[in-house]
Amino acid sequence: MKCVLQSLLLGCALLVLAACGTVPLRESGSAMQLRGTGDLGLVIERASGHVTLVNTSSRSAYARIGGLGDLSHASVVYSRDGRYAFIFGRDGGLTKLDLLDAYIVKRVMQSGNAIGGSISQDGRIVVAQNYTPGGIKAFDAETLEPLAEVPAEYAPGKFSKVVGLADVPGNKFAYALFDGGEIWVSDFSDPKRPVTTRYPAGQQPYDGLVTPDGRHYLAGLFGEDGVALLDLWQPEKGTRKILEKYGRGEEKLPVFKMPHLRGWSVAAGRAWLPAIGRHEVLVADAATWTETGRVAVKGQPVFVMASPDGRQVWVNFAFPDNGWVQVIDTLSRKVVQTLQPGKAVLHMEFTPRGEAVWLSARDDNRVVIYDTRNFARLGEISAEAPSGIFFTSRAARIGF
Amino acid sequence: MSTRRRLFAVALTLLLAGSAAVAAEPTPARQKELIHMVRQDCGSCHGMTLQGGLGPALLPVNLAEKAAESLVATIIGGRPGTAMPPWHRFLGEDDAQWIVARLMEGFPK
Repeated sequence: MKCVLQSLLLGCALLVLAACGTVPLRESGSAMQLRGTGDLGLVIERASGHVTLVNTSSRSAYARIGGLGDLSHASVVYSRDGRYAFIFGRDGGLTKLDLLDAYIVKRVMQSGNAIGGSISQDGRIVVAQNYTPGGIKAFDAETLEPLAEVPAEYAPGKFSKVVGLADVPGNKFAYALFDGGEIWVSDFSDPKRPVTTRYPAGQQPYDGLVTPDGRHYLAGLFGEDGVALLDLWQPEKGTRKILEKYGRGEEKLPVFKMPHLRGWSVAAGRAWLPAIGRHEVLVADAATWTETGRVAVKGQPVFVMASPDGRQVWVNFAFPDNGWVQVIDTLSRKVVQTLQPGKAVLHMEFTPRGEAVWLSARDDNRVVIYDTRNFARLGEISAEAPSGIFFTSRAARIGF
Repeated sequence: MSTRRRLFAVALTLLLAGSAAVAAEPTPARQKELIHMVRQDCGSCHGMTLQGGLGPALLPVNLAEKAAESLVATIIGGRPGTAMPPWHRFLGEDDAQWIVARLMEGFPK
């Protein structure tokens, strides 16, 4: 009796399995298992035109792709679903890459000299910011077909290098003109006919950021001490200067590398910004935009990045202090950790919820992973002259 | 530019011009360091391929009309009023002269 039941059960199980076998789990031709993209990302290998695709759960690399041209200063934005990376190369190359199937979907040369890009709120428009010819260019995110361009002609016949491009709500993009000293906001509601509004910024804006809520655009100034601020909820009020004269007229230290700004400079109700030509991080109240303090650090900050929960701010430095990284506790506003992750630390990226941070050590040819709670080294990944690290969690953020 | 800085720049130019004839070639090991430094650190602004970025392009065609001594002075003393910093903390005159000569003929990989 028992034996018969067992045979019956076994028979049923086999039938079920047989039935399953006829239902394709995925379209034919693909051996890859179904998976999401939330824990994927890529590392730029600047010198060799390669990217290494990585998984932040297994802390490992799973593919390496070449043929992407000059990737020095390359940056990346992601499609809304986190599947496609749009890589902006220094040589003007724009590459759309599939993280799941690990191949180049399309690649176009869009300018002579580019510095980064952004993707629209609705995910349909990818915009590149260019030094030569100065301006921005918009592309269809699906096909990379050109849609429109906005030359950064700030005076008749005069074109500016564009910096600090960031997406803002309403399918708009905000950016700054290094040579023109202005902030421009281009509305791509009609993707083929962008409408641009101009605002004064100050001398030589070097980069810009949008606060995580999409409300404020900040352009850091190189040619003067201060930051230009535009309230995108009330643009009619125009720009104003904050953190003005933070150098108090003192001679600046030579700047061996321009700092970078991005939306994660806001943490614990404050903005944490690199001081130009000073070994300091400037702290401003993110409601009133008045200076509330400074944190002395080991060198001139390049990236000042808050962890996703805003409890820590990690800082790396310009040459010759680029072997160091410091961690600021945002509650006490003190440096609580000083690390030496490797030679020439160029970039950092937090995992989506911030339990770990990945740092690229260019001259050690590796990416080093640290636990953000106890600063223990969790692992490393080999990469040739790694620079930017970009995780798909960027896909869901405003200002990228 | 303050008067002091101007004087410094003039003195530096004279000094460099005077010493040009007796410049010693950096050692092969130092040359390797200099190539790395120019590509990677100067490359932050001038581009790793030296085709320009925030700073101007440094290819032979861009430098053809320039005087070598003034380029050496720019590297050593920077260009006040621009983003070009002085590199004298890290580079000697011999280093800068060697870099300029290589830039003008096409910088090694």
